[in-house]
Amino acid sequence: MLRRERRSVVATEAVGPYTLLRVERGSVDPGNPGQFFMLEAPGRLLPRPMSLALAPTGELAFLIDPVGPGTRALCSVTPGEQVGLLGPLGNGFDLDVGRPLLVGGGIGVAPLPFLSERLGGPPAVLGFRSSWHAEAAELVPNAEVVLEPTYVTDVLPAGHDVLACGPEPMLQAVRRLTPHAQLAWEAPMACGYGACYGCVVELGGELKRLCVEGPVLAAA
Amino acid sequence: MRLLNASGCLDALAAPDVARTLDVYVTKTVTPLPREGNAPVRIAETDLGMLNAIGLANPGVDAFLAGQLPRLAELGVPVWVSVGGFSCADYVHVAGRVGARDEVEALELNLSCPNVDEVPENVGEVVAAVRSVTAKPLYAKLSAAFADLGATARAAEATGADGLSLVNTVRGLALDERTLQPVLARGAGGLSGPALRPVALAAVHTCFRETGLPIVGMGGVARGRHALELLAAGARDVAVGTALFADPGAAARIRAELEAELAALGFANADNAVGVAHASADSTLDPRSRLEAEKSLHIETNLAG
Repeated sequence: MLRRERRSVVATEAVGPYTLLRVERGSVDPGNPGQFFMLEAPGRLLPRPMSLALAPTGELAFLIDPVGPGTRALCSVTPGEQVGLLGPLGNGFDLDVGRPLLVGGGIGVAPLPFLSERLGGPPAVLGFRSSWHAEAAELVPNAEVVLEPTYVTDVLPAGHDVLACGPEPMLQAVRRLTPHAQLAWEAPMACGYGACYGCVVELGGELKRLCVEGPVLAAA
Repeated sequence: MRLLNASGCLDALAAPDVARTLDVYVTKTVTPLPREGNAPVRIAETDLGMLNAIGLANPGVDAFLAGQLPRLAELGVPVWVSVGGFSCADYVHVAGRVGARDEVEALELNLSCPNVDEVPENVGEVVAAVRSVTAKPLYAKLSAAFADLGATARAAEATGADGLSLVNTVRGLALDERTLQPVLARGAGGLSGPALRPVALAAVHTCFRETGLPIVGMGGVARGRHALELLAAGARDVAVGTALFADPGAAARIRAELEAELAALGFANADNAVGVAHASADSTLDPRSRLEAEKSLHIETNLAG
């Protein structure tokens, strides 16, 4: 049963321009890396989709980029405040891979700390706009960091099973280089559970709901 | 009183448990042919609501009847099918086929989608044509944007509608914070959520007076109090839309809150609250005092202008 839970904020930590929002886990299942939660944004009508960044004991942690009114509200919550959350939702990464390589760009690194933990700390290549943004790389072990104008695709080693999350142009470029990569996409969502039809993306010539079919999709 | 979902605000096959919290499940609008819908971006939050421009995405009536309807019937919740089209013949085609199915309790005619370019012809003409091909209960879903909603509702009643669904979204626009370009790929979209609440109340209030048809009230219902106000304005049933997006448990919560609201005000049941907003206007205000009030408002408006 889909059920929105209310959980207390444990802490918020600045990570470069981003905020790591840590909430009590309680009985909520953290799910698989790449799955997401709808987080109620205080004062806003609609919740915001956020992939789980880390699942430390007793907590759920989300890495949030304050780019709009909802994400700014989520970055401004204070410890003890309650936030509503619904999840885990969608399909995460397939962890049954031989030679994993994590690839992330900008706030797209959000699901990678949890993914890295589940995969035993595989190598990672992370790209950022600036060294300030690159502070988020500290959350991902064994990461090689590149800054613009260098892109992750400039340094991508061959022969790996790529699991990637980042801005759309990065995912498109990764897809061209590694046709079998698993890619985590992003789209505006009102509900996260298939009700609103807002998050469609074109898949094989058809529009599919990313919340139901994704957000992690095979590139090919 | 029955609690429904607003059409297009729930996929019962993706979230069957949520559908089972309702008294009636209303499908997304079905058209004669499959429709991909509009290109993304399709949704945007606004200060007091949200915009959508989904564009009647649906598998088309053939695939709906073959693939979705049998599975919907297994939910154990009565199913209403929202019927859409771009001509009278479209509505007749879909309604005739859908109306022939035992799994369907009623049809809702979507006569007011703001997100397609082709708008249906005269409401009365469509209702009359559909009436001739199905005996199922027909609800006409109207928008508060109709120039004369009362006259439109009367036309629906005169041509054979069994009820009204009020209201559909109204057209709104959101601009990007930085670029000042429309957020939605289509430009404008349908506004729903809290901003629509007073609009829905006024529409229900008007149509309750203008027709004798039962009304499904909807528009920004997020709390039991909002459902109660729609009942008071004249709705017999209530639908939940945007509130379901943020909280799949919204319908169950609203139902519980409504029961508490009714009890607090001394109503034995929801049906007793239907239309009570009209009682005082009819009994305590004589026509002349109402006229005087309108006149003074008119004068104040002129002074302010």
